[in-house]
Amino acid sequence: MKTNRAVRSPGGLSVRLDVRTLVVVVLLLVAALAASVVLIGTGDFEIPAADVLRTLFGEGNASQEFIVNELRLPRVLVGLLVGASLGLGGALFQAISRNPLGSPDVLGLGQGATAGALTMIVLFSGGATQVTLGALLGGLVTGLGIYLLAWKQGVHGYRLVLVGIGMSAIVTAINGYLLTRADIVDAARAVVWMTGSLDGRDWNQVWPLLALCAVLVPLVLANGRGLRMMEMGDDISYALGVRVERVRMLLLVAAVLLTAAATAAAGPVSFVALTAPQLARRLTRSPGPNLLPSLCMGAALLITADWISQRAFGADQLPVGVVTGVLGGVYLLWLLVTERKAGRI
Amino acid sequence: MSAGTGIRSGLNNQRSIVNRLSAENVTLAYDQRVIAEKLSVEIPDNSFTVIVGPNACGKSTLLRALSRMLKPSQGRVLLDGEVIQSMPAKQVARTLGLLPQSSIAPDGITVADLVGRGRYPHQGLLRQWSTEDERVVQESMARTGVAELADRYVDELSGGQRQRVWIAMALAQQTPLLLLDEPTTYLDIQHQIDVLDLCAELHEEQGRTLVAVLHDLNHAARYATHLIALRGGEIIAEGAPNDIVTAGLVEEVFGLRCQVIDDPETGTPLVVPAARKARAHGGAAPEKVAATEAS
Repeated sequence: MKTNRAVRSPGGLSVRLDVRTLVVVVLLLVAALAASVVLIGTGDFEIPAADVLRTLFGEGNASQEFIVNELRLPRVLVGLLVGASLGLGGALFQAISRNPLGSPDVLGLGQGATAGALTMIVLFSGGATQVTLGALLGGLVTGLGIYLLAWKQGVHGYRLVLVGIGMSAIVTAINGYLLTRADIVDAARAVVWMTGSLDGRDWNQVWPLLALCAVLVPLVLANGRGLRMMEMGDDISYALGVRVERVRMLLLVAAVLLTAAATAAAGPVSFVALTAPQLARRLTRSPGPNLLPSLCMGAALLITADWISQRAFGADQLPVGVVTGVLGGVYLLWLLVTERKAGRI
Repeated sequence: MSAGTGIRSGLNNQRSIVNRLSAENVTLAYDQRVIAEKLSVEIPDNSFTVIVGPNACGKSTLLRALSRMLKPSQGRVLLDGEVIQSMPAKQVARTLGLLPQSSIAPDGITVADLVGRGRYPHQGLLRQWSTEDERVVQESMARTGVAELADRYVDELSGGQRQRVWIAMALAQQTPLLLLDEPTTYLDIQHQIDVLDLCAELHEEQGRTLVAVLHDLNHAARYATHLIALRGGEIIAEGAPNDIVTAGLVEEVFGLRCQVIDDPETGTPLVVPAARKARAHGGAAPEKVAATEAS
């Protein structure tokens, strides 16, 4: 079934659209926003969706306004941004490594960020800001380490994954050591952080993440065509005029930044980066890195998971990372099993 | 547009002495392992040049250097008088196409989409799919006989069909120069001839300059207009197959005793290896063969 359509202007400009991909993106966006509205209404003080919308457009009463705009909206926005960053970062890593396992969870970026956060919590008893900065730094250092170790006249897929797994093992060991050094209060705090949670996020977390996404997302999408070519191998994409090493370097840095920032904001929310691109790809049925669909899928997935965790276990009882792990994992397994039956994998 | 002018300027160059693609005193090495030293090659314009030689003689390495996949550690590769490495990537890609030995067809991609990717060097962020792109893709698929497969998935195709699709993609690039690295590997004899016939047509009817690395000396002798015989990173002989392929050359390059007769179909040289016994008692047979026979 051919779904590619070209939109052309009289001036010779043209844009190529895959209709199915476009529909998937729109549906996922609608789903993410709808889930956000429902999520804002969820909690100890329930607000109907219509009231949430009215309040968001500035026509709610004072108490609703406080709950929505000050307490719940920033949390939901952090959730959307974290999910989007993880989805996009995961899609980038998987495309660059040409391996569905090449996601930040497996490469050790989450663990690296955790190491940074644990260092702050355990060794320096740092506050929220220090923990965030520590996580960001930990993620960036790990990303740089992986790149330097995997770099041998250009990063190659398997090498990147294997080096990442090695790094991840080392950093996990460090994390284990840090946890055993911690006293019980710090350890409890650390474990909650390590599961990934959106609890208590406020506007201070929203702005930096939003700024980063505003810069990186257009940059990444503009280089998406080059990345599509690189699916076919370095030689042929270079022969077709893609500056392979430059595109890869740029996108790798962007992916590390996105993942590290998301992890710093919400903790290492598991499985979103691994699952979102796979799920998006199965919905669009389109080859290529599926960057935009993965981004929307990540956001929708994280918000839905947060809503489920609050619905099922009461507000702030269960960190969202537990739900994304279960939900994403089960859905991915189900997909793999059904696709195996269909003979596609 | 650009490819059209490219082909025309190729014809213009025919009159001048300088060929469009050449290597000057290049030293080619992977890390510390030197494959060829001070090698100079001219690819005659509008030729079907075939590079032959024994395994590990550096023929694929030379092709990689000519297509700027490998940067020479010394010397330079020139395309239209410019050092190829310093030219903008897309500009090179509009002039010179390469079909590497191994390429990965993305999961779930259709033939038309894959061929369409060959248009990349002619496109931009705001010029993603022009009517010209559409036309060239259709034409390339028709040219290679895969038009009726346009909506099929590439993974479902046979090896021969798949190779045609890759060639169609390279054609969609519309380059006056096209480099092919062992395009017939892994194909059965019928599809090998099929692909070589297609190359010959592209060369004869469209005036493209083709450079191919081939394993089969007889195929090379039949199809090439210009043959380059390589051994140990050195050019042993080059020229029209009829002029250079002799029993002596084959023995020197491949270490194989043989007769060279006229191909009854085309009149080009046909290499017939000497019988095993004749090679064993031949004296001048390569040491390895002699040793095996002695033991």
